[in-house]
Amino acid sequence: MGYHKQITPLTEDVLSASLSLTVADLALLNAYQKNFPLVSRPYAEIAAGLQLTEEQVIQRLTHLRKVGVVSRIGAVLQTGKAGMSTLAAMEVPVRDLEKVAQIVNSYPEVNHNYEREHALNLWFVVTAADEERLMFVLSEIAEHAGTEVHILPMLDNFHIDLGFPLTQEQDERVDDAGPDFK
Amino acid sequence: MRGLMMQDRTLNNRELTLLTAIQEGFPLTSRPFQQIGQKVGWSEDEVISGLSDLQNRGIIKRMGVIVRHRELGFKANAMVVWDVPEDQVSRLGKKISQLDFVTLCYHRRRSLPRWPYNLYCMIHGRERDQVLKSIDSLEGYCGMKDIPKQVLFSLRRFKQQGAHYFQPSSKRS
Repeated sequence: MGYHKQITPLTEDVLSASLSLTVADLALLNAYQKNFPLVSRPYAEIAAGLQLTEEQVIQRLTHLRKVGVVSRIGAVLQTGKAGMSTLAAMEVPVRDLEKVAQIVNSYPEVNHNYEREHALNLWFVVTAADEERLMFVLSEIAEHAGTEVHILPMLDNFHIDLGFPLTQEQDERVDDAGPDFK
Repeated sequence: MRGLMMQDRTLNNRELTLLTAIQEGFPLTSRPFQQIGQKVGWSEDEVISGLSDLQNRGIIKRMGVIVRHRELGFKANAMVVWDVPEDQVSRLGKKISQLDFVTLCYHRRRSLPRWPYNLYCMIHGRERDQVLKSIDSLEGYCGMKDIPKQVLFSLRRFKQQGAHYFQPSSKRS
């Protein structure tokens, strides 16, 4: 890794009011989007760094997952190194969108599925163990939806994902000082 | 369809077993790696060293808390795409990804004639106006104001989960 993008501290006033996040939650979210301790009792080690108990860390993470702020505690894999994956897009009449989205969602190989503001309005990511299965899922979706699926595989990744940067100043940076560079 | 991905798959069966066991996330219990080990018949140490190895090889790019940006108040999410000459994609992609507000930046294959765009980035923000300003700033910094582009804000999210690489043989879940 040539450089490291720092996850800037998130402060209380930004989010806690609307999301009932505690100071400890924010510290957890900021400090542990990466570097999850690979030890026997990882939550105890996280707790030690945050002046909490192991039980508190487990309880807060369980809560954050329940309310949806946290999707999971786990691993993010490097695209293309395990299995085959591609972005795909379809143009679906708005009145059929819910129905087609459900067809797309019914495949466990689909991990992201968004409506976007464009004539090509349904965008999803399919990941499968191998290319054969990937193409099978894409062709089935096209068939069931009755619509062409545009397949948009990644050729190169320019970004090193080190977590989602939670910054309060993000909104103003561009105006105040020009773009910030990692 | 050859050449769909750049890299070869380099995983052995043991690694596939481990990745399958963690695809729903780590259990929120005192000894999560022991619990994962119990699912697959491994010791806790074998799980930990297996994960460590996958991380060292770059197959796992990070481990930890995976957040949902919308729930954190970042409701404006734009995918920005440009139609860039192929010989300039790499230079511009590297430049774009230097920007702090860019969360992903990919070169993708076009789908002609309908979709000529080949350089993608993702920008998350709290407000739409702020994201549009970021895009303007990006294009100024990278010299991309004259390059054809589209800005696709996300509307409804129908699904967001970790990738499920390894499925049972059934067709649907």
